[in-house]
Amino acid sequence: MTPPLEHDYLGLSESPGELSGNLKDTELRLGLPGSESPERVDGGGAGLTLGLPKCFVSGAKRGFSDAIDGPDAWGLPGVNGPEGEQGKGGEKASGKLLGPPSVGKDDGGAAKVAPSPKAQVVGWPPIRSYRKNTMAANPSKNKEDAKGKHGLECLYIKVSMDGAPYLRKVDLKTYSNYKELSLALEKMFTCFTIGQCGSYGMTGREILTEGRVIDLLQGSEYVLTYEDKDGDWMLVGDVPWEMFTDSCRRLRIMKGSDAIGIAPRAMEKSKSRN
Amino acid sequence: MVRGFGWAAAFPDEVWEHVFSFLAADADRNAVALVCRAWHRIERRSRRRVFVGNCYAVAPAAAVRRFPEVRAAAIKGKPHFADFNLVPTDWGGGAEAWVEAMAEGWPHLEELRLKRMVVSDDCLELIARSFKNFGVLSLVSCDGFSTAGLAAIAANCRNLRELDLHENEVEDNCLNWISHFPESFTSLVSLNIACLEGDVNTSVLECLISRCPNLKTLRLNHAMPLEKLVSLLQRAPQLVDVGTSKFSADHHPELFSKLESTFAGFKHLKSLSGIWEAGPTYLPAIYSVCESLTSLNLCYATIQSPELLKFVSRCKNLQRLWVMDLIEDNGLIAVAASCKLLQELRVFPSDPYGVAPPISLTEHGLVAISAGCLMLHSVLYFCRQMTNAALLTIANNRPNLTCFRLCIIEPHTPDYISQEPLDAGFSAIVESCKDLRRLSLSGLLTDRVFKSIGASANRLEMLSVAFAGDSDAGLHYILSGCKNLRKLEIRDCPFGDKALLDNASKLETMRSLWMSSCSVTLGACRQLALKMPRLNVEVIDERRGRPLESWPDDFPVEKLYIYRTVAGPRSDTPPCVWTV
Repeated sequence: MTPPLEHDYLGLSESPGELSGNLKDTELRLGLPGSESPERVDGGGAGLTLGLPKCFVSGAKRGFSDAIDGPDAWGLPGVNGPEGEQGKGGEKASGKLLGPPSVGKDDGGAAKVAPSPKAQVVGWPPIRSYRKNTMAANPSKNKEDAKGKHGLECLYIKVSMDGAPYLRKVDLKTYSNYKELSLALEKMFTCFTIGQCGSYGMTGREILTEGRVIDLLQGSEYVLTYEDKDGDWMLVGDVPWEMFTDSCRRLRIMKGSDAIGIAPRAMEKSKSRN
Repeated sequence: MVRGFGWAAAFPDEVWEHVFSFLAADADRNAVALVCRAWHRIERRSRRRVFVGNCYAVAPAAAVRRFPEVRAAAIKGKPHFADFNLVPTDWGGGAEAWVEAMAEGWPHLEELRLKRMVVSDDCLELIARSFKNFGVLSLVSCDGFSTAGLAAIAANCRNLRELDLHENEVEDNCLNWISHFPESFTSLVSLNIACLEGDVNTSVLECLISRCPNLKTLRLNHAMPLEKLVSLLQRAPQLVDVGTSKFSADHHPELFSKLESTFAGFKHLKSLSGIWEAGPTYLPAIYSVCESLTSLNLCYATIQSPELLKFVSRCKNLQRLWVMDLIEDNGLIAVAASCKLLQELRVFPSDPYGVAPPISLTEHGLVAISAGCLMLHSVLYFCRQMTNAALLTIANNRPNLTCFRLCIIEPHTPDYISQEPLDAGFSAIVESCKDLRRLSLSGLLTDRVFKSIGASANRLEMLSVAFAGDSDAGLHYILSGCKNLRKLEIRDCPFGDKALLDNASKLETMRSLWMSSCSVTLGACRQLALKMPRLNVEVIDERRGRPLESWPDDFPVEKLYIYRTVAGPRSDTPPCVWTV
């Protein structure tokens, strides 16, 4: 294998372990936190990435400015995790941070992915994200035994929310437990829960306090469900995290009232698939 | 001979219109429009097709006003590197502005093709309601819409002929959108729903297919089981272009023979795609169509080499082949021997992030193809090793190449035998292939290769560069040469301010320039923007920080997108984009 790349603009060769809890990370600088060369822009990924829908006011009280999962939810591999916590002083060490999500990163969860010897660079090799997602979603039976998910750099799952005008994507590999996932989703979809303001150009919105958002999502109003490999819709949280990431095909945030009928729906789905 | 331009007036407008109708190329029509006022007027009123390569290059209202009688429009949005997640998802490329302007000014629009744009369901509904004679909708690499939007199209476009959905991100919230085609609807000629993830109601689809006698193209999606696919295809033996769904199931002799007879019934089949998840079991059932195929797309088919070889080498009339690297060198050697009419080859990596590739696909496969397929002009090839000698051979074998995209998967990979950079090899390509229009570089490359490209690649229109070059000189060579360059996209190269500023005026002759992870500073962008008012210089930076105005000149720019425009800075920039 080729030796680790030395060029600064492939700065994604640091392992995530070095990155967490580093207060330097809150500094505005180029490149990934932990990289030493401000004059060179690092390859591909940005430090703290954004991509807020316009319904957020910048500098929001809640600290959304730091806690952005937006971009990776939209499919930027190898860049983001819930690194927003760094903006609050690096208190949260998720171990899931910037850098290749598939590189030996599971501190908390089981390491399903063998560490790859070379760094993953955003957008390289130049394969269309459509193709990547399609290949990831439909792995060939032949290859499954040989390497399981080792070859995949990310595991993008679509997340839809009832009433939201468009769906988002999350990379399940950037989270190590349900709490992280749930936090990330809350942040992502708050925009929609404020009276369905899903379109750009909404201005003058009040920013919700953290408490209110959590109420909305963890209260009775919305329920997080997922579709598994068999096509059944299940409530998120029932199975161990690793089992969940293995079998989850897509996520759906449904209204609590709709979730009551989950079991019958699962039956219908499995019937219609035959 | 009448002096001056009086002779133009000697003929009525209709005659000139008729003459102009023979000019297919926009460039020619543009030239015609500059001859005199009369021709300008006649030409603009008779232009029927418009291609907008960058949706922000011109204001929609201006385009609609200038050409009031357009019937077919094609518009592209995001930069090409958006395909590889290098462009923020909220960057722009929204279709609303264009669709609204077109709905207002082109009520007779019949065809709309959008690529890399954000298309909402509202847009689709507006399209469905605004154009009475709407016939063709093609959405390629778009996102932002759902099957509900498609339902609106189905329900309202009475004369729809083509619905082409290629590699879009489509939210599936309207399960039965196909049933929105009314019973009276019979005009469908082409339906491509390969990118849809949800189940499609097979019986509704069957009814639709049965009542559309002109259907020639049918590309289905992955979700459909093989038995259902077979019964569907039986309804349309006249199909010319088929995209299958899953091509595997447990072996059932009945299903096998049904599949076999269905495909044997295709007397006109020329193009085959899909074949997702193909196992070796059912592939032999469709051998009967191999001989007639001119286009074969197996780029999602994870078939192993022996079966692949057996299948492809029967396709003696193939002109286009898209396949995975599972075909290996042996397979390509067989293709080179059997498919003498091959014009386009694309080889995709089955395991791009893999640790140790067991795949035996190397430069030898491509060399064999270049030697055996005399009509080959377009190549996209992913591999892990290359030599200058191989590239030289390819260049000598195939001087008729027009598109050469080589992706050596590991950045900075040298010639694996000599350990030299691949400058000599790529130089040979551009020097030998005089008609080369598109080139993508990879591997270890110094400034020398750019010198050759600048000097020799006179027809080059699009160049993609990654992890290459030593200094600004590289960029300077490209921008000061390459007379016909339209699109330049660069990532992770040590190119900086000087080359950009020295060649500022070149940028107005191009459609766009993308640079990310290079060495350009904000100061240079500011200078450029000042110097060239008809360029939009967009600095993209996704980190939270102070607004652009407060950053110093030496601030390194993460991502830069520069494009010429007559519409001025756009008004829909998201927070991470600043027009300098």
